[in-house]
Amino acid sequence: MERKNFQKNYLINFIAVLFLFGIIVMSLQMKLINNYYQGLLIIAGINIMAASSLNLAAGYMGQLALGHAGFMAIGAYTAALIGLHTNLPVMAKLIVGIGCGGVMAGLFGVLIGIPALRLRGDYLGIVTLGFGEIIRIALYNLPFTGGAAGLKKIPKLINLPILFVILVLVISFLFLFVRSRHGRALLSIKEDEIAAESVGVPTIYYKVYGFAVSAFLAGVAGGCLAYFQRALDPNKFKFMLSVEFFIIVVLGGMGSFTGTILAGLFLAFINEFLYEVDELRLVIYAVLLIVVMIFKPSGLLGNREFSLTASGRWLKRKLTEKK
Amino acid sequence: MALLTTENVGIAFGGLQAVGHFDIALEENELVGLIGPNGAGKTTIFNLLTGVYQPTEGQIYFQGKKINGKKPAEIVGLGMARTFQNIRLFKNLTVIDNIKIAFQKELKYSALSAILRLPAYWQQEKVVEDKAIDLLGLFHMEEDAHKLAKNLPYGKQRKLEICRALATNPKLLLLDEPAAGMNPQETRELMETIGFVRDNFHLTILLIEHDMNLVMGICERLIVIDYGMIIAKGTPEEIKNNKQVIKAYLGS
Amino acid sequence: MEQLLQQIINSLHVGSIYALIALGYTMVYGIVQLINFAHGDILMVGAYFAFFGLTAYRLPFGVSLLVAVIICALLGMLIDKIAYKPLRNAPRISALITALGVSMFLENGFRYLFGADTKRMPDIIGAEKAFRFGSVRISHMTFITIAVAVLFMLSLQLIVHYTKTGKAMRSVSEDTKAAQLMGINVDRTIAITFAIGSALGAVGGILYSMNYYEVQPYMGMMPGLKAFVAAVLGGIGSIPGAMLGGFVIGGVETITRGYISSTWADAFVFGILIIVLIFKPTGILGKNMKEKV
Repeated sequence: MERKNFQKNYLINFIAVLFLFGIIVMSLQMKLINNYYQGLLIIAGINIMAASSLNLAAGYMGQLALGHAGFMAIGAYTAALIGLHTNLPVMAKLIVGIGCGGVMAGLFGVLIGIPALRLRGDYLGIVTLGFGEIIRIALYNLPFTGGAAGLKKIPKLINLPILFVILVLVISFLFLFVRSRHGRALLSIKEDEIAAESVGVPTIYYKVYGFAVSAFLAGVAGGCLAYFQRALDPNKFKFMLSVEFFIIVVLGGMGSFTGTILAGLFLAFINEFLYEVDELRLVIYAVLLIVVMIFKPSGLLGNREFSLTASGRWLKRKLTEKK
Repeated sequence: MALLTTENVGIAFGGLQAVGHFDIALEENELVGLIGPNGAGKTTIFNLLTGVYQPTEGQIYFQGKKINGKKPAEIVGLGMARTFQNIRLFKNLTVIDNIKIAFQKELKYSALSAILRLPAYWQQEKVVEDKAIDLLGLFHMEEDAHKLAKNLPYGKQRKLEICRALATNPKLLLLDEPAAGMNPQETRELMETIGFVRDNFHLTILLIEHDMNLVMGICERLIVIDYGMIIAKGTPEEIKNNKQVIKAYLGS
Repeated sequence: MEQLLQQIINSLHVGSIYALIALGYTMVYGIVQLINFAHGDILMVGAYFAFFGLTAYRLPFGVSLLVAVIICALLGMLIDKIAYKPLRNAPRISALITALGVSMFLENGFRYLFGADTKRMPDIIGAEKAFRFGSVRISHMTFITIAVAVLFMLSLQLIVHYTKTGKAMRSVSEDTKAAQLMGINVDRTIAITFAIGSALGAVGGILYSMNYYEVQPYMGMMPGLKAFVAAVLGGIGSIPGAMLGGFVIGGVETITRGYISSTWADAFVFGILIIVLIFKPTGILGKNMKEKV
């Protein structure tokens, strides 16, 4: 397909996103979404962001990363400390805080990635898991993270429209990134590392690269969390949180960002629905996970993506066929 | 100057000497066969040359540069490509993406130009797309460009793997048992393909093969190894009558 | 000097529990290359049943232990049959995620059934009483923990090396296909491995709960993770490695708590894991495995 067609598609998607943004702003103004639901949607959005970042490492690159809660924590605490100790205008603070959170998480991604990514599969999983736990223990013990009580009174800089914008930026970034030479290199690593190396892909470099980008985005998600919840403590970032992101990725399909979005929304909805039986919620989650793995291991969408323009073409074809 | 020279190359796994005293010199535009009984160490030699294994002794020079100690991807960058005994394609990617990944070094645009879709991205992607289609065209596979690699028939998968190796623009191509699992008809086609590749791409080919008809038919020179050591070198005619080779194969 | 001696005894005490749990991880990994994340929760289940045996049914200690161990062995086999067996040929990552699912299921299932509150394990052996040697004390608990652990580890060695089942286990973990061709019932062998691993885990869990007097749904997570670290440290797939790793981890934890900082102890454990994996990914006693090209 030619460049012009792509640009047309980008424009159509952009308009669709703008339209969705309009709907969100309008429904907030008309009070169609109350504070409670706004909060739910924000949390769902943050989870989707974190899970998408994990999808890059796990779904596209095929690396078993079990420590994304740790990267998220680094981003969250960095953003929170900037929010608490700087005097910037609101917008600047938001951008600087979340940006620094992401960069800090990305740096840790490089730091842990360089040694860890030489390891294969399960071993990488364990190292990242151990890393996540170390971060959490460090947050308990470091002098500036507030220990078990954590950080409080972080400025609230996130609302639904702002989060929507950040989420759209993150997802578009990922979409465009994976459809480039860099994305293909990551995919080749997932498919067959030895073959990738044999056609000139420097696999270790790309693994660290992809992992750092993934950590960066998890850090951004953490920054959003800090600026929404206003209070952080180390217990938010337990191993189970990493697992929850993994569940979203797996349910949606490894290697499908639209799958991640759908699964994230679906789980948020299920959560709400299961609120009454909170104690059973995680049991049902667990059963869901096992059943999906046994009967549809590729998740809801596999590695397919939903494409607005392709669906448009399909619809048009169907309509002309009818005539 | 020879394209590839090895001096006394060897590797030991634990106490086991898998390959030893391996000395060869490959000239430009040669087609050389590397043969030997099962387990003689042929694939191990490929792994040594391509940097998958590091030799425990000896030196490897490629185009005059010492390459032992370098990573496989770097060696590919210097102009050496290979295929695998048990085909290693990117199975769940399309045929054309398999090729595009191998064109990695032709693409220079930054991640930023990719994300912002700057002109550099479009230009370079277009160049690579066209090149990939042309390359597939040479092998009569342009129709398959958008199929998944795993859905190709076996013979075409072999071809695609060679195609992918060629996309890295090699001076030396190592083929590891390209005819494995092929019927006589497919093998004949493959022989033609290999000859065609050598003539069209002006490269040196080192070939591991069990199919003696194929080896004797197209190779100009043969290197025979057994138990990790070279036991004979020469033209197919010389090898056919070499007593040591016959002994190694027949075991008597 | 005496303080050091005391620390060593404490290390052996903690280490023997980790070693017992680590055996389950290592055996299962050795045979099906799966990190059985649910193993940590098996020890929680073991602790619960021992607790019920001791309190609700007032069974003697030995009987409670045996009942809990048998239940856990059966549970281990059941988990394998339902959750892992269908995925034997699927990508490893799928089976791993199922394992996480089973872990979540057990934790939250028990929380739903028995509540999230911590139950106090009764002290039936006079745990705090101690033998004294100068200023070094060995509590009954320490003595029993080490004794039980060593007893079970020795029996495991006997089973693995001197019985037909043990031979089958070793051959399946060496080469599943070849074992199958030699007429070994692979599925049955895997089931038995799960049973034995889970039984050892249950013993570890019961000892753990007796040490800390607590039984609650999430209790298996931390000791499970640390025992897993121990298994990796020793060289996953290696039975002596798991025992060694268990004692090393017990030692590191005790020494850090004693001499450096109690709050950083867990971070040290994971830090050591990362360092070992980077410099010797196969662990202390592990075999070197290289992917065939």
